[in-house]
Amino acid sequence: MRHIISILLENEAGALSRVAGLFSARGYNIESLTVAPTEDGTLSRITLVTRGPDEIIEQITKQLNKLIDVVKLVDLTEGDHIEREMMMIKTRVTGEGRDEVKRLTEIFRGRIIDVTDTTYTVELTGSASKLDAFIKALNVPILETVRSGVAGIARGEKSLHV
Amino acid sequence: MKLSGGEILVQFLHDEGVEYLFGYPGGAVLHIYDAIYKQDKVKHILVRHEQGATHAADGYARATGKPGVVLVTSGPGATNAVTGIATAYMDSIPMVVITGQVATQYIGSDAFQEVDAVGITRPCVKHNFLVKRVEDLAITLKKAFYVATTGRPGPVVVDVPKDVTAPNVKIDYEYPGSVTMRSYNPVEKGHPKQIRQAADIILSAKQPMIYTGGGVLLSDAAEELIEFTHCLGYPITSTLMGLGAYPATDPQFLGMLGMHGTYEANMAMHECDVLIAIGARFDDRVTGDTEKFCPQAKIIHIDIDPSSISKNVKVHVPIVGNVKTVLTDINAVLKEKNSKPDKEALDKWWQQIKVWQKEDCLQYDRKSKLIKPQFVLEKLYEVTKGDAYITSDVGQHQMFAAQFYKFDKPRRWINSGGLGTMGFGLPAAMGVQLAFPGAPVACITGEASIQMCIQELSTCMQYMLPIKVVNLNNRYMGMVRQWQELMYESRYSHSYMDALPDFVKLAEAYGHVGVQITDPKDVEPALKEAFTKYKDRLVFLDFITDQSENVYPMIKTGQGHHEMYLASQRGRGLA
Ligand SMILES: Cc1cc2nc3c(=O)[nH]c(=O)nc-3n(C[C@H](O)[C@H](O)[C@H](O)COP(=O)(O)OP(=O)(O)OC[C@H]3O[C@@H](n4cnc5c(N)ncnc54)[C@H](O)[C@@H]3O)c2cc1C
Ligand SMILES: Cc1ncc(C[n+]2csc(CCOP(=O)(O)OP(=O)(O)O)c2C)c(N)n1
Ligand SMILES: [Mg+2]
Repeated sequence: MRHIISILLENEAGALSRVAGLFSARGYNIESLTVAPTEDGTLSRITLVTRGPDEIIEQITKQLNKLIDVVKLVDLTEGDHIEREMMMIKTRVTGEGRDEVKRLTEIFRGRIIDVTDTTYTVELTGSASKLDAFIKALNVPILETVRSGVAGIARGEKSLHV
Repeated sequence: MKLSGGEILVQFLHDEGVEYLFGYPGGAVLHIYDAIYKQDKVKHILVRHEQGATHAADGYARATGKPGVVLVTSGPGATNAVTGIATAYMDSIPMVVITGQVATQYIGSDAFQEVDAVGITRPCVKHNFLVKRVEDLAITLKKAFYVATTGRPGPVVVDVPKDVTAPNVKIDYEYPGSVTMRSYNPVEKGHPKQIRQAADIILSAKQPMIYTGGGVLLSDAAEELIEFTHCLGYPITSTLMGLGAYPATDPQFLGMLGMHGTYEANMAMHECDVLIAIGARFDDRVTGDTEKFCPQAKIIHIDIDPSSISKNVKVHVPIVGNVKTVLTDINAVLKEKNSKPDKEALDKWWQQIKVWQKEDCLQYDRKSKLIKPQFVLEKLYEVTKGDAYITSDVGQHQMFAAQFYKFDKPRRWINSGGLGTMGFGLPAAMGVQLAFPGAPVACITGEASIQMCIQELSTCMQYMLPIKVVNLNNRYMGMVRQWQELMYESRYSHSYMDALPDFVKLAEAYGHVGVQITDPKDVEPALKEAFTKYKDRLVFLDFITDQSENVYPMIKTGQGHHEMYLASQRGRGLA
């Protein structure tokens, strides 16, 4: 099962490497990991996507909680939540390909943010699977893909805060 | 009070109640050493290798329950300490290790004796800190002691750059008496609902088994455990790490369980219908093949660390909390309940256990003309009246000690279980002997292990530590040889200890007493002499033992508790 884990982390030097080190040392897999400051300067927020059977996910959350720098965490996939990821993708487009990429970008509600004679760069936001679908649908050469990794938040009144 | 960083560090240790600091100087910690020189409150013990410092602090911590404290320099000082830090980490021992670091402006420049101590130790510490400003020093040290000693204990590293301890920068110092951390709140009390549920299951058992571990010792809960076990009348076993929490001479105690545990303890594990696990972590040496582990049992698990619960074996009633507090609560619930265990079922269960006990699984050839390691330990037990502090290295001798020295008191058995660090025994004994100067302290070791920290014999001389080194010299890495005999058709690849030193002369060269014993009849007199005539000296007892002796029972990899290989089977080709 795929899980999205949100973590509030002390904004300390080395805190991120404790999280990353935990995953490599214990052989857990990380599909994506994003980290950025929050409105509270002492805290960073990590969104981490991982996969595994329930027992492993249970161990992952317990081991993360055990890290002294982890202030709080929640497994977003346990409840209703919203997931977003941003992608910029540079494609080689000439002739008919140009129209096709434009059309596809519209269908996926993306935007073309940079244009040259031979390239389009598309910006797209959505769930990770939507971005995957867009990549799959493109049948022009891809020069470069850059994805932000998943960010997630719970729906409704629930919130992750100290 | 205006103090420099170096002075703050030493003053803080004093204020924190630190008695001994185990260390070794070097460039990055010279300011601190200068501050040490100017006071006499915190006693510094100069070891001969930083690994020795960490094991000595560790031994001190295991014997006293107080945190062990270490001071080493940057670079090689820090890397030499890593083995000892990892050893403490695996056994959850409270320790604070202060490593010197290059000055802040040089960090990251591959400066002389720079290593990323925080990075290197990250996977084997409970937590670590880099102190960047002298203003943060005292509070960070306080946090280090707090984290190391609370919850599930463990080693904490504090990396201190040289400029932070500079003598010319003086700031106001006040001892931070307490500290809170929003991200660290260890649980103390078990959930009342879980406790009531556990009590019901405990009382409904027909074939119960109590399985205890190092957590009982770490929690100082021997008394509560004894009350719990006596009140129920259930059989009890312990891991290697928990020995001494429950008196080994008590009839309810079935001996150690696991790979080299007793027949009766392992069989009772296999057949039990309710398993009460207390401060133990279901290690693979204990469980054997987890598929075959306690097939019929409902499992209750008390542990302070949620990540220990259902990690290797799924449990039915988890109770997160401190053993001492949880057992107190369970004992109270059991008392007020008024219902008693099923006496008839329990009598039947004990009859079955007595049958297993008749197997006499720790038997060995008592008429042997060669010294049997088991015999030495039995004699040591008699000579010290079971009341010594016993440290151990790693190997067969460690298992024999666990099986044959019957520990009746907590914190008397000091060994490296989780990491299994050869070289642990002698320096650990130094820490114990410093903590209890008049007490008998013996280090059980092998000719291979002892050579891994033998340099500490010099430290023992300097501080007049009258440790008795019991070297069970089988001229082999016996534990390795045993595996090669049983699993590699006796191909003894590099397990023979060739070119051994003359241990008697070696001991004498360090200024100690050395004795070699080759005849079984000399074992007891030699031990007696060591503890009486040479009471105040370190005595190195080099027992030349039977090379072919193996540790039994043994559960081989992939086997269950009921599939033990016994001493009595050895000659029958059942391996
Ligand atoms: C050569 C060799 C052979 C070995 N053979 C055996 C063997 O036959 N049998 C055996 O048992 N071991 C054996 N070991 C040791 C084994 O490797 C493990 O170290 C040991 O089994 C772990 O013991 P434990 O479960 O008591 O855990 P410990 O490592 O002592 O862990 C303690 C547990 O208690 C918890 N805890 C800590 N403090 C508290 C508290 N205050 N309250 C509640 N819980 C707390 C911790 O979270 C942890 O889960 C062997 C080791 C070596 C080197
Ligand atoms: C530092 C280290 N290296 C290697 C090992 C693997 N090992 C476990 S027991 C053992 C042999 C120990 O020999 P000795 O000290 O003579 O004890 P004996 O088994 O003979 O009693 C070895 C090499 C270890 N535990 N620790
Ligand atoms: Mg040996």
